Amino acid sequence: MAEWLRQAWTVARKDLVLEFRTRTALLSAVVFTALVLTIFNFGRDPTAVSALDLAPSILWVTFAFAAMLGLNRAFQLELENHALEGLLVSPLPRVSLYWGKLLANLVFVAVVEAVGLPLFVLFFDVPMGRALAPLVGVLALASVGFVTVGTLFSAMAIRTRFAELMLPVLLLPFFVPPLVLAVLATAKLLAARPLSESFGYLKLLAAYDILFLTVASLLFRHTVDE
Amino acid sequence: MNLAATGRRITLVGLALLAAVYVRALAFTPVERFQGPAQKIFYLHVPAAWSAMLAMALVGLCSVLYLIVKDLRFDRFAAASAEVGTVFSLVMLTTGPIWAKPIWGTWWTWDARLTLTLFLFFLFVGYLLLRGAVVDPGMRARYAAVLGICGLVLLPFIHLSVYLFRTLHPQPIVLKPSSPSLPGSMLVTLLVSFAVFTLLYAGFVMQRYALARERGADAAMGGRGA
Amino acid sequence: MLRAEGLWHAFGAVVALDDVSFRLAPGQTLAVFGPNGAGKTTLLKVLAGLIRPQRGRAVVDGGRRAIGWIGHQSHLYGHLTVRENLLFWGAVYGVPAARRAARAAEVLARLGLAGRADQPVWALSRGLEQRAAIARTLMHDPQVLLLDEPFTGLDLAAAAEFRALLAQLAGAGRIVVLATHNVDEGVELATDVAFQHRGRFVHFAPRAGRGAAEIAAAYRRAVRDG
Repeated sequence: MAEWLRQAWTVARKDLVLEFRTRTALLSAVVFTALVLTIFNFGRDPTAVSALDLAPSILWVTFAFAAMLGLNRAFQLELENHALEGLLVSPLPRVSLYWGKLLANLVFVAVVEAVGLPLFVLFFDVPMGRALAPLVGVLALASVGFVTVGTLFSAMAIRTRFAELMLPVLLLPFFVPPLVLAVLATAKLLAARPLSESFGYLKLLAAYDILFLTVASLLFRHTVDE
Repeated sequence: MNLAATGRRITLVGLALLAAVYVRALAFTPVERFQGPAQKIFYLHVPAAWSAMLAMALVGLCSVLYLIVKDLRFDRFAAASAEVGTVFSLVMLTTGPIWAKPIWGTWWTWDARLTLTLFLFFLFVGYLLLRGAVVDPGMRARYAAVLGICGLVLLPFIHLSVYLFRTLHPQPIVLKPSSPSLPGSMLVTLLVSFAVFTLLYAGFVMQRYALARERGADAAMGGRGA
Repeated sequence: MLRAEGLWHAFGAVVALDDVSFRLAPGQTLAVFGPNGAGKTTLLKVLAGLIRPQRGRAVVDGGRRAIGWIGHQSHLYGHLTVRENLLFWGAVYGVPAARRAARAAEVLARLGLAGRADQPVWALSRGLEQRAAIARTLMHDPQVLLLDEPFTGLDLAAAAEFRALLAQLAGAGRIVVLATHNVDEGVELATDVAFQHRGRFVHFAPRAGRGAAEIAAAYRRAVRDG
């Protein structure tokens, strides 16, 4: 494995050990997801629109906000432990720091989605059928989309005064393309359409991911170095 | 002649020409068959949206240049461009609904141009908010540059999202030219309008840049200080 | 070898480094005395590569891998054990995986922390935490040690212990730069002494066996005259 990737994994593993040891952020995000799904249920008129029509939107808006919650955690951790300076003095490649935080964020989001998806199916009586595997694929691609730009921006937002407000304001426009693509693909999958119909959306999601992963990897060092 | 004065002159010329375009659009172009006289806002709206896009493109370009060369003048230009872009977007977003109402009976529609301008507005505002939240000029320039570049990369995906959204939910299309090839007088008016808006953009940016340069490097556009 | 050549750096109107130049060979320990705000931390950050000086340059043979940094923050993660912290930082500094555990055990033993190895860092007293910070720094056996006010928050006993450790480390042919505002703290360890005042080195000379009182007097004189 490339050295920089190995270093990234060192950072990610450290973050995950800390996260699972303290658990607060993770549990809060999971509870938040469950609550939002509940609120969506009460926020609609059951007679007016069928659950299935709204379901993809509800799922993705919920996951987008849950991802947002988890993002500040990554650099907040370094700030709390006053360790960021130590990381920057060290020979750790900046891109490894980015990828390490990215990987940790992805695991975080994956855990939240692993709990959120079954709840979603339960609350909205969604017929999963054979859509589960491809749906997990959509979840993966869109989550990478959210977290890629999110990790980059959180490195900046965390050093501004109102980090919790600044991050969503900067980030939400960037959530729109993966959100739209994910909703469209999810709708097709839940309507039991053949997979080929969602393929275009998946390819576009992958393109978004690859492009922003590259851009963020290149730009990250400017958020921490002079 | 110094920059601010040049900027002022260009702006005044631009505004005068804008008035001329108005007159020409109202009195000297043919009335469009289906949409009626209200369609004429098209001559102002399309170029205004174009100017906002130009502003964004320049923010992106200056951001890249700043990160390569670290010359704060590029940062100053980007900030000036963002402010002007915000104003153009806002004007477009407020006058758009005012003109949409008589044509379609609705204040807002997720029409391609309006939606794109709305996103541009959010990106500009986010950019300015981020600048305002960082005090150190070097950090501010770096952070703004990262955001500017990401914003530019995002634009094609927004176009795409709007397109996908629209093919599924056809929206009333406000301000569409009546046929693929515009009759002569309409085309000329449109082109002149493009030129006028570009001129206005240049004039405003020059003045804003000159003002920032006078206030000095630290206080330029964001942060506290003189 | 450590070289500073014509370092100049200002934050806005405040000059933190004003044409600072010096060279240090292995075995030399430089104590930099100066009041708060004199630019000591900036100097260390430039030597560590955290800040790029606006003019001049600093060269440390061996780069980041050769540098150990100890500041008022220990850069230890509170919820990880001492050993886990050492293993993490060892990995970050490129200590090969096969060697890491053994090296950690070595360092823990040397610093008398073996009994506390598996305690979380939040459970340690400030004195022990600072000792653990030294352990962290020693994992990669740096040839250069940069210390920024390391005695902050240490009681008399802990400070004495720290000084003893530092004397041992400095004696082993390393280059040490110690920045402090308290002459008593650093004077015994130093081979060379510098006074930093308003960014400038107003004095730089070998300590030549002079004691704390003499140095303090020389410092006051130098500041008054310089």
